[in-house]
Amino acid sequence: MSNWVQERFDPAARRWEEFYRNRFQHDKRVRTTHGVNCTGSCSWEVFVKDGIVTWELQATDYPQLQEGLPPYEPRGCQRGISYSWYLYSPIRVKYPYVRGELIDIYRQAKRECWGGPLHAWATIQNDPELRGRYQRARGKGGFRRISWDEALELAAVSVVHTIATHGPDRVAGFSPIPAMSQASYAAGSRFMSLIGGVVMSFYDWYCDLPPASPETWGEQTDVCESADWYNARFIAVMGSNLNMTRTPDTHFLSEVRHAGAKVTVFSPDFSQVAKYADWWIPANPGQDTAFWLAVNHVLLTECYRERTVDYFFDYVARYSDLPFLVEVTDGKPGRCLRADQLATHAGTENGAWKLLMWDDVHDAPRMPNGSIGDRWAHDEKGRWNLELVDSVLGEKITPRLSFVDRHDEVVAMAFDAFDVAGAASPATVTRPVPVRTVWTVEGPVQVTTVFDLLMARFGVDRGLGAGSAASYDADAPYTPAWQERYTGIDRKTAISFARQWARNGEQTRGRNLIIIGAGANHWYHNNLLYRAGITALILTGSVGVNGGGMAHYVGQEKLVGHAAWGSIAFGLDWGMVPRQQNTPSFHYVHSDQWRYERGYRSYDTLPTDHPERFDHTIDHQARAVRRGWLPFFPQFDRSPLAVAAEARRAGATSDDEVVAHVVDGLKNGKLGFAIDDPDDPRNWPRTWFIWRGNAIGTSAKGHEFFLRHYLGADSTAIATEPDDLGVSEVEVRPDAPIGKMDLVVDLNFRMDTSALYSDLVLPAATWYEKDDLNTTDMHSFVNPMQAAVPPSWESRPDWDIFAALAAKVAEIGGDVLGQVEDVIMAPLTHDTPDELAQPAVADWWTGQVEPVPGRTMPKFRVVRRDYRRLHEQMVSLGPAVRANGVSAHGLTIPVADVYDDLARRQPDPGSGAGGEPPRPRLARGRDVVEAILALDPATNGELAHRAFQAEEAKTGLSLTPLGAGQRDVRMSFADIVAQPRRVLTTPTWSGIVAKGRPYSPFTLNVEHLVPWRTLSGRQHLYLDHEQYLAWGEHLPVYKPRPDHTMLSETEATRAEGQVGRLFNYITPHGKWSIHSTYSENERMMTLSRGGYPIWLNAKDAAELGIADNDWVELYNDNGVFVQRCTTSARIPRGTVFVYHATERTVGIPISPRRGKRAGMNNSLTRARLKPVLMSGGYAQFTYAFNYWGPTGVNRDTFVYLRRVNRPDY
Amino acid sequence: MRVRAQMSMLFHLDKCIGCHTCSVACKNLWTDRDGAEYMWWNNVETRPGTGYPTGWEDQDHYRGGWRRDRKGRLRLTLHSRAGGVARAFYNPSLPELDDYYDPFTFRYGDLFNSPHSEHQPTAVPVSKITGRPMEIRTGPNWDDDLSGSDIFAANDPSLDGVSETVRHQLQEIERVVFNYLPRICNHCLNPACAGACPSGAIYKRAEDGVVLVNEDKCRAWRMCVSACPYKKVYYNWSTGKSEKCILCFPRLEAGEAPACAHSCVGRIRYMGVLLYGADRIEAVASSPTDELISAQLDVILDPHDPAVIDACRASGLDDGWIAAAQRSPVYRFVKEWHLALPLHAEYRTVAMMFYVPPLSPVMSTVDDGLVDLAIEHDDDDDFELLSRIEHARLPLEYLANLFSCGDPAPIRRILRTMLAIRAYKRRQGMEAGFGADPASNGSGEGAAAVLDRVGLSEEEAEAIYHLTTQPTLAERFVLPPYHREVAMETINDPLQSKGAIGFGSRNAPKRGG
Repeated sequence: MSNWVQERFDPAARRWEEFYRNRFQHDKRVRTTHGVNCTGSCSWEVFVKDGIVTWELQATDYPQLQEGLPPYEPRGCQRGISYSWYLYSPIRVKYPYVRGELIDIYRQAKRECWGGPLHAWATIQNDPELRGRYQRARGKGGFRRISWDEALELAAVSVVHTIATHGPDRVAGFSPIPAMSQASYAAGSRFMSLIGGVVMSFYDWYCDLPPASPETWGEQTDVCESADWYNARFIAVMGSNLNMTRTPDTHFLSEVRHAGAKVTVFSPDFSQVAKYADWWIPANPGQDTAFWLAVNHVLLTECYRERTVDYFFDYVARYSDLPFLVEVTDGKPGRCLRADQLATHAGTENGAWKLLMWDDVHDAPRMPNGSIGDRWAHDEKGRWNLELVDSVLGEKITPRLSFVDRHDEVVAMAFDAFDVAGAASPATVTRPVPVRTVWTVEGPVQVTTVFDLLMARFGVDRGLGAGSAASYDADAPYTPAWQERYTGIDRKTAISFARQWARNGEQTRGRNLIIIGAGANHWYHNNLLYRAGITALILTGSVGVNGGGMAHYVGQEKLVGHAAWGSIAFGLDWGMVPRQQNTPSFHYVHSDQWRYERGYRSYDTLPTDHPERFDHTIDHQARAVRRGWLPFFPQFDRSPLAVAAEARRAGATSDDEVVAHVVDGLKNGKLGFAIDDPDDPRNWPRTWFIWRGNAIGTSAKGHEFFLRHYLGADSTAIATEPDDLGVSEVEVRPDAPIGKMDLVVDLNFRMDTSALYSDLVLPAATWYEKDDLNTTDMHSFVNPMQAAVPPSWESRPDWDIFAALAAKVAEIGGDVLGQVEDVIMAPLTHDTPDELAQPAVADWWTGQVEPVPGRTMPKFRVVRRDYRRLHEQMVSLGPAVRANGVSAHGLTIPVADVYDDLARRQPDPGSGAGGEPPRPRLARGRDVVEAILALDPATNGELAHRAFQAEEAKTGLSLTPLGAGQRDVRMSFADIVAQPRRVLTTPTWSGIVAKGRPYSPFTLNVEHLVPWRTLSGRQHLYLDHEQYLAWGEHLPVYKPRPDHTMLSETEATRAEGQVGRLFNYITPHGKWSIHSTYSENERMMTLSRGGYPIWLNAKDAAELGIADNDWVELYNDNGVFVQRCTTSARIPRGTVFVYHATERTVGIPISPRRGKRAGMNNSLTRARLKPVLMSGGYAQFTYAFNYWGPTGVNRDTFVYLRRVNRPDY
Repeated sequence: MRVRAQMSMLFHLDKCIGCHTCSVACKNLWTDRDGAEYMWWNNVETRPGTGYPTGWEDQDHYRGGWRRDRKGRLRLTLHSRAGGVARAFYNPSLPELDDYYDPFTFRYGDLFNSPHSEHQPTAVPVSKITGRPMEIRTGPNWDDDLSGSDIFAANDPSLDGVSETVRHQLQEIERVVFNYLPRICNHCLNPACAGACPSGAIYKRAEDGVVLVNEDKCRAWRMCVSACPYKKVYYNWSTGKSEKCILCFPRLEAGEAPACAHSCVGRIRYMGVLLYGADRIEAVASSPTDELISAQLDVILDPHDPAVIDACRASGLDDGWIAAAQRSPVYRFVKEWHLALPLHAEYRTVAMMFYVPPLSPVMSTVDDGLVDLAIEHDDDDDFELLSRIEHARLPLEYLANLFSCGDPAPIRRILRTMLAIRAYKRRQGMEAGFGADPASNGSGEGAAAVLDRVGLSEEEAEAIYHLTTQPTLAERFVLPPYHREVAMETINDPLQSKGAIGFGSRNAPKRGG
């Protein structure tokens, strides 16, 4: 040792070291996790010292999966590890708060009214001046602390008033992503379902739902856990910045490179994940579709035309719809040919819902097992499987993929060419397609195969005559040369990529993986982008294979125990029918964003000959509701309680007669749908609960319209309503309503944007202060959330808050509301026989067909409520689950014995009287967790066994052996506190996880021949729903991005003058927040730039005179956003990034341009719905909550940008 | 031979996510208090970039580390012009708060307390030091993810010597790139901070080599702050003492990895014992620049060598420590496989934290506005860079400036080794695992053949592969037994301590105390 370096041995001389040892000493470690919107489901240890949560570190005791896979530990990121800051921070909501203007008015009204709180509230609501006074004060400070009792009274009064005056479907609740704190979500959704209120979806509204998944697989989203990335050998990361959004999983990507995987990253910017790439492909924003279409062109040419790759051929023949027969109608692709069209098969059950393929041996059409007609068979059960057998003829089928070698004719088929530059309306390209003639009961019909259509659509030259692309260099859809103009990527790169993709798929039998995310899914035509990539996966046999497939990671919804959870969360245990609303439609309509545009015709592209191409999005929305395709609440132009009462007064003696009365009223016009006149005050939503989310802030696409039309608060939007709205189906009232909501209640642990704008803020326990349950699809473990310390100050867990509210509503409104009947309107539903409802689209209100509930129109159900029993029902598990079991994916699983056992372990003291079976208690979050764990097949091996039995009955397959090794597994809260526990194999999901195998979706389908829940039972590249034919989206196609000239959101801004320069506005997920949570956290603010910077290309910035850290203003007709600017060469030119989910609570100045507080990232956006995604009533195109419907896209926005001097606060 | 043990950390940069979880773990535990707000004992830098504190590698300005004088003797760079005493009262090389940042927070309470106003309330930024409103101009991670920046990336001191053409390319789409560099105290064998301390407050713990500032003895001269070339000693303005990364010694003593390593969700950090010959440090540190790295590797001893083991025992090392050294993952990466290098060995502090340099994507060409990645390469390579490593976006010269005193040869060899193992594992999977035709691996040669090109055996390749991708917690962090009872015994009977320890009142240190 050098003499200047002192080496110290003597512990006595180093006693001062206890300075640091003392800091490290702690009293206990508690396993818990983080509870909303983050899909990490990381197991954490929270360190408590002196009763104070001091810091957190990751737990590292995940069970090991298969040998040869990297371990999961540690999981947890920079955001999660900064959470402890919130508990004692000055942004913590410690007490109930109410806005001063409101409470003053209310207290005064109570003093002056003799009728008590309800009468006081009614007085305020009937006085526009009083109502406007507190509405205009929203968001402008003036909060006051109040007692819990008064806060609950105010919320309960508004609920009871709304139910009594307008109907329960005018009370709405929003909370996102239940999987991360399942009891906390269920608290509010259960409350809503018990009172008849509306539960609002999130996955579609966040635009995290990939519509291509239900389109292709009949599945909401099903993806591999991150450990399965390690089985891939070619990974394309697209629009998913894993380092930012999947931080705890990223190591599997970095590690699998060392196991020999090739990684390509598609991102317009050099994003963080690009550092792991072998190839970084900077395709132009939103243009990945064109690249993948060209890849498919190469795959079809080199693996299907030039030679036959056996693995690929066998795969697509069995697992995709490529061999199925499609009618050629007027020279265009038409409907799939059906069994009942053949004389030989006309007698088969549900013959209109069984598809046909061509058998090579008999040279004739045959009907394989597995179509959706088999799924819902009553008589011919047990044939819903993927066996290539014709059950009518009793023959095996050898599928023929193509008629290229043997056809009756070559038809010059017209395909829509949406991409022809400069064309005002879509043109067509003509391509040769080989066809055969089939003699049907209606006469001769020309058919081709989906495969032949695909070859033609992609322009592959098969020597059938003129029209195809002569070579890869031909500038014709969809060649490698063609894609250049959209992607900016050289054709050589596309060809090379495709060849490597093909080679890897062949060599590894389908270990091609696309990891995809919000960067792709948030575009208007995201379904087409996804389908382009999915096609490349299916063509290489890569779906349903470990290490392969479409790994869509956005807003993960995977609530592993959804069968049991759903019963609790939606009051099914008390026989309720929940009012589940797709939020995109709700906000598009109720926040009046529809009034500011001419609808989809301005920016979506339809083939020229479709009659609906000149209507308005809201017309399509209204028709979708009347046809039973989408839900909509409020339902009617009056209270559904009143509707039921009217029916009884009119003499209805049964539920069926009540429904008949309703249908009759709708038919003869005596009863109206609320959607037909959304701005009528009778049809407004009135009371809104927000919990676990930021519904007014970062979840509000069109935020400034929310402020104006929902709240009546200040707004920076300057958009005007077009004169020629062109609406035909709904009433357009002359003045859009301002301030529809009577009361907005927010449950929160932090003062976020939603809390700041709410009337009432209730202090919620943080994630370290309550017990709950947490699962994800990023891994396969079940994790607890656990209280490390009791709820601080006056905060309470969400479950306790809604239980207390239920008690208050019963107290104030029980006798006023009493026992009632409620008519619930529900759309045609996925995973039920409703999937066979509408073989053709027809409108009952124009007289095309009769209105038949559940067939041609929505379903109606009569539910009985007793508001006096509200609290009792809230806190105990009702008998209906004991009687009916739990359900998922169309399977019903009996649970009576488990229910009784649970009732013994956690008895509800209020139950068991009069000889009824005792009920399990649901008094606290932990009771709810125990119930979910006990009653779900994913955590109870016996129930998994019963689920497989139910699936065996439907499929005729032997499946129960899959659950053999796990049948006696049971999980409890104590078990998952001791160590994360792995989920079980169950047919309520599609992966097989036995023996440490990583979860990969659809392995159950591929390995055990269980059909997908689609029309054909196979993966669908061809979609023959009438709406898809009309929209030209039957096959994977390219449609151009909407541009600023189509979106009409910059016109009023240009009229203001001084506009700056126009940029495409992109809001990717950020590094320093999980959505808005953590974003204002001091740690994250410090490690970023102390704000929400705008990212701009350095050259663009220089041209606009903007230096790094200068203040800039972004603005369009929707609103304004002001922040400092970060300049970098890694951002593509012409694009401005704002990492999404900013708050307007922290460091937001006054907009120099609009003179008001500048907004947040969603101040610049507006919801744009894609009508084809409203399709319903047909096979996989049937509604399910968070599963199907139009999504809240927000990537196509354009904004102006300019430098501003340092603005004022 | 005097043998000493050093707790050493290794960072596999190829895996780094750039998430900063490590930084927050450290901050939560150690520097979340008055006077320490601006300290980030662990920080993560986007590179190329200027880091924290800004431009810390610019030793012309900061004058950290050691230099070798004309006679080959070591001199502190700080004291080489004016003497230490003269500098004691005026030290222009001392970083100022602006070189770090003015720590800030927001007036969140206004959201609750604002009266009804014309505008919506917002929490304005305020200084954590003065409490007054401020404009935020810099932070501890200000150039985060700022690749291609003409302000930050372009002014990275380690780009010196990289050609103008390449430096320009780094700001264009063809070559824009970044990686991350996590940094803690290097717990050097020849620490300049200790050499510069006038009070003798800085020492190296004999048992594990952790370098500490004795908070009782520190007299606020702040020479350590200047002399550390890595700028990893910080002055606490509240207590008037310097503080630095303590390698979480209380956790090490409890058998747990440092918080930064434990929390590393990229699994890039490894922790283990290195044995070294304590008598040769000065010679190593004063080696000619081109021999510095090999000299440093030489001083690290083979824990399996019987002579070394004997010397360990003679030097008082416990067998448990020797066993830990034998299983040390750091030793394997650094000494057995030559895959890891110290940061800026030319500072001559003999830094004991090591880095595996990262791979990066291939460059593209842009022709007529179209981006092309399909570079010419040997058709039988699964990874283009195996034959065309100079097409990596991160310039080898740049990595060499960080890790190998400017010599690109070791960097090239390390990156090619990683690529060869990737190709090897890929071919091996094709041959064995996937059920496809074994002949179709596309390369025409067997899996092992690719290893010949980098002179690696299959056994070595498998071991490197395993430790790179699959190490468990116990394999990443091989922690020695600290025998706290033996240390305690010199002060108090452990049985008495068992009953008595922890009683008493805690008092925060006071300025000047």
